[in-house]
Amino acid sequence: MPEVLDAAVRLLAILAVFLVLPLVAGQMEHKAMAHMQARLGPMYAGGFHGWAQLIADGVKFMQKEDVIPAAADRRVFGLAPAVALVPYLVVMVVIPVGPGLVGADLDAGLFFVLAVMGIGVLGSIMAGWSSGNKYSLMGGMRSAAQLMSYELPLVLAASSVAMAAGTLSLPGIVEAWQWWWLPWQAIGGVVFFMAGLAELRRPPFDMPIAESEIIMGPMTEYTGIRFALFMLSEYAGIIVLSALTSVLFLGGWHGPLLPGPVWMLIKVFALVFVVIWVRVSYPRLREDQLQKLAWAGLVPLALVQLALTGVVKVLAG
Amino acid sequence: MDEYFGSYAVVAALFAVGLAVVGGALFANRMLRPSRPTAEKLTTYECGVDPVGDGWAQSQVRYYVFTYLYVVFAVDAVFLFPWATIFADPGFGMTTLVEMFVFLGFIALGILYAWRKRVLAWT
Repeated sequence: MPEVLDAAVRLLAILAVFLVLPLVAGQMEHKAMAHMQARLGPMYAGGFHGWAQLIADGVKFMQKEDVIPAAADRRVFGLAPAVALVPYLVVMVVIPVGPGLVGADLDAGLFFVLAVMGIGVLGSIMAGWSSGNKYSLMGGMRSAAQLMSYELPLVLAASSVAMAAGTLSLPGIVEAWQWWWLPWQAIGGVVFFMAGLAELRRPPFDMPIAESEIIMGPMTEYTGIRFALFMLSEYAGIIVLSALTSVLFLGGWHGPLLPGPVWMLIKVFALVFVVIWVRVSYPRLREDQLQKLAWAGLVPLALVQLALTGVVKVLAG
Repeated sequence: MDEYFGSYAVVAALFAVGLAVVGGALFANRMLRPSRPTAEKLTTYECGVDPVGDGWAQSQVRYYVFTYLYVVFAVDAVFLFPWATIFADPGFGMTTLVEMFVFLGFIALGILYAWRKRVLAWT
């Protein structure tokens, strides 16, 4: 019985994190982007600097009519947001926030994360294909191509950390982490973060959902609560990517003075800020530039990182 | 053994929680939303003008080459993971390091080949 209770508390905590942190990230994006562009952003909802803007949005989405176009494949169209959202929740189960503070310590944690995160993109391919809309179809194809190209550098960079730590369990990786891994794994970290951004289709890698060219791509036909679920999955993805990058490359809960989970939170939100900053600063990459960056830029860099990791590990250890 | 399945039971439970979250949101939406479908509202959106032709239009898919590349390299990369956990264990060291460079050489050669064949260029 105590084990069941223990598991239930962990699941509740994960659910709370999953429902709250994406909203915090979204609000942070509203405000940080606005101030970088010399605007104010939301100021009205909730009174103090528009803190309740996303809650108000949620209430509005909840009451909106559910429009499914006549040309769409209804069943796949309805299922797509769930396929996009649920994997990010499931991934959170293996991300450690402190010593012993993890949903489930899987032996193959890193492998599990990479496998499950790949499923999220299926949601946007399904949405693109089922909408019966040319823009959506193009967006869906671009999503698929982007996943194909950026999954490889992501996997290679992640396996570099697994080599360094000698384990695939995420808590094990954080425990093995030393400060000098920062310079040692720096290339891998940058490659992982960039490839992760591309998998989330965040700017500047947002060719699949480019709103000024193919009007949000796979999400063109979505309204109301299903659109809200897609948005939530995007921000949950940002949280998951930032958390994974901190766990794998920035030492997770390690840090002086403050307790572990606080350090984890600081690192996650520092990375979330970088995600927003990059969105405001860089123009969108063209589709062929996107593909070229993956194959001629990130993959070779990831291979260099693998070689570096192997040589240092064998010679030093 | 129990612990092994126990940790995956937590994963399965979280999956069920995820389905409940999505199902709950859709159910609450069903309770709260109006429903007044009209023919115009259900038309495919193409920037305000009437849609031209079918939704599943033909277009040239250039991405299949990347799919091939990906399948080839991802299958290689999967084998990295079991290897990564033991490659520096006592007794391996240098042997596995040489193996790694052979592996990296293969991947690099593959990408170089794709580049020379100009599949990475767009036109």
